[in-house]
Amino acid sequence: MDGSHRQLTIALAGNPNAGKTTLFNSLTGLKQKIANYPGVTVERKEGPWQVNGKAANLIDLPGLYSLDATSLDEQIARQVIVGEQAGIPKPDVLVAVVDATNLERNLYLVTQLFEFGIPVVIALTMMDVFEKQKHQIDVEMLSTLLKTPVIPVTAKTARGRDELARRVLAAVGTKPEIPYEYEDAAPNSGPHGKIFARYNFISRVVQESVWHDDHEKHRVSEKIDRVLTHKFFGLVILVGVLLLVFQAIFSWAQLPMQLLESVFGGLQDLARAALPPGVLADLVSDGIIAGVGGVVVFLPQILLLFLFISILEDSGYMARAAFLMDKLMSRVGLHGKAFLPLMSSFACAIPGIMATRTIESRRDRFATMMVAPFMSCSARLPVYTLMIGAFFTGRYVFGFLSVGALLLVMMYAIGVITAIIAAFVLKRTLLKAPPPPFVMELPPYRVPNLRTVFQNMWTRAGLFLKKAGTVILTLSIILWALMNFPRASQQDINNAAAEIQKTCNCSPDEAQTLAETRAKSEVLQNSVAGRVGHAIEPVIKPLGYDWRIGIGLMSAYAAREVFVSTMSILYNVGKDQGAESESLLEGVRNARGDNGELIWTPLLGVSTMLFFLLAMQCLSTLAVVRRETNSWRWPIFMLTYMSVLAYVVCLLVYQGGKALGYG
Amino acid sequence: METSIAQTNVMKLNELPVGSSARVVSVNGTGRVTQRLMEMGVIPGVGVKVIKAAPFGDPIEVRLRGYSLAMRRNEAEAIEVSC
Repeated sequence: MDGSHRQLTIALAGNPNAGKTTLFNSLTGLKQKIANYPGVTVERKEGPWQVNGKAANLIDLPGLYSLDATSLDEQIARQVIVGEQAGIPKPDVLVAVVDATNLERNLYLVTQLFEFGIPVVIALTMMDVFEKQKHQIDVEMLSTLLKTPVIPVTAKTARGRDELARRVLAAVGTKPEIPYEYEDAAPNSGPHGKIFARYNFISRVVQESVWHDDHEKHRVSEKIDRVLTHKFFGLVILVGVLLLVFQAIFSWAQLPMQLLESVFGGLQDLARAALPPGVLADLVSDGIIAGVGGVVVFLPQILLLFLFISILEDSGYMARAAFLMDKLMSRVGLHGKAFLPLMSSFACAIPGIMATRTIESRRDRFATMMVAPFMSCSARLPVYTLMIGAFFTGRYVFGFLSVGALLLVMMYAIGVITAIIAAFVLKRTLLKAPPPPFVMELPPYRVPNLRTVFQNMWTRAGLFLKKAGTVILTLSIILWALMNFPRASQQDINNAAAEIQKTCNCSPDEAQTLAETRAKSEVLQNSVAGRVGHAIEPVIKPLGYDWRIGIGLMSAYAAREVFVSTMSILYNVGKDQGAESESLLEGVRNARGDNGELIWTPLLGVSTMLFFLLAMQCLSTLAVVRRETNSWRWPIFMLTYMSVLAYVVCLLVYQGGKALGYG
Repeated sequence: METSIAQTNVMKLNELPVGSSARVVSVNGTGRVTQRLMEMGVIPGVGVKVIKAAPFGDPIEVRLRGYSLAMRRNEAEAIEVSC
């Protein structure tokens, strides 16, 4: 059992905000692996670390305040430390990351680490900040009192990195000495006696090794806080910050998104040109390339949102935002931290749902995810635009208030109200839990570490592409197949074109285009999706929909805005008509059902807007929920409850409206 | 002996006015919140100062052991302080 050839396992433990991630990044570089611990959503992060030439696997434990297993993070961390987590050998050394500016509370975790019988080495971070505040730590004294090596480290300048490696290597195989009598809790101190004993020991240690000037310490943070958490200006600034984030995902992301779309559009054309017309060309171009494009197109939004979230978290502002909003959010039963993810969902629910990671309590996190899609995302806008354009252009109430604008505002408002009600109900039923405890550190403000920020962005983007992307791609290809089989042969199209040219007075090219447009429509109507559209017609008939709209609704599962292009195909106006194109608007207004009656009415327009607001019609969102909750149960639940809700609401609105004579 | 209670003014932390300091006398309760408060260093004998309340009056920010801790008023209710 000579361990000299065995790879070392070293675990990095520390409080949140102690600089653990920064140290982990600086020790492992870019070669880190990120996954979830089996069955839970706690992130498992590890990477290789060359400890003075010896290979070690460095495990970054979740941020912890304690190891008494009150939270999932703590349970997992404890399992890793005692060697009960499958696939991870029991650590040889624990590196405790301790924030020098917050020594007492950080040492609390360290006193617990001592009790596992694994050698501990302390990496003291934030020394530069601490010294700037004119405090001094007698590191040697600290080390003596704790009977543990203490090494000041600064990730930026690599200070202490070699020394840390040396001490870690030296500690392998040693037995730690517990520097205080932890069994010695006063007999009548109740269940919390151990906590008292630990803190009493810490108070002594800190008193003897640190010279404080308490007035200096929080001065800068306090000044910043006076503005940022001010009763009035604090809220104004929060709204400003949210507007900025919102603006970024909503409009700054537009340019790169359009760029990506045109790149993928170009690739589609290229594939069409390179391959002989037929199934293969269609599969590659409309199935695979369009599917990949549909995944990649979300990247700009995700990168931008996580750029902001990382900056807000790293700087310490995120905790303040939660502090400001907690009163409002806790009324609904959610945590203050749910605010930002919900706001981001107005742009797109996918980054919003990924942003719920900042919420620690599982139930609160899931409740936030389940209501996030009610925020009207940007993909609904083309549908709203189409409906408003078709039925409400040029209509005003009170002579000046545009009905279209009013409807648009109403959709956003109804979404928010529904989310509030749904959260309220969920928190009292399925995700029943007392309001999450708020007890939360407000860390001092810091300039965000750029490396951490970019690494975080990169990690999120990678996770999205790998985990959600594969699901989204698969589902899009399946959906494509459903809508394209059985197919019309090229021969049939050519025959139809010849047929058309005989009767109409047009050029062969025009006839060909017309024939292809019709053929597309025919294929879609006869496809599996078209047949399903027919099959579900009895179900959607009470909502005022015919089977054609049924196909449109199904196609919207690829992405809501696809509804617009599907309706264009079905109404024979060609695939590439935008939501504002006059021919499409006419097509919608004049569409007749199989019995020859006009299908669309303003009432149906409104109820369709409501349907798109309330129904879960986004496979990508479901894929992300699957990835974030680590189970299919939640995305299926989300799909079901939102669709049922949409159905019931639209049924009431449509049938009620008809009964009142608006049909 | 009847003066000992009258002289030290014991109250709950959520009743402590903004800007005032006090010493923690006891942390009541046995639940998760109590445990978390103690792990964060809120134990008898430690000095605390209420820094501010959030815009809607809740939560509050408390300074102790050289750092800032935010908690809701109903959580602060479990903490008895004397000043």
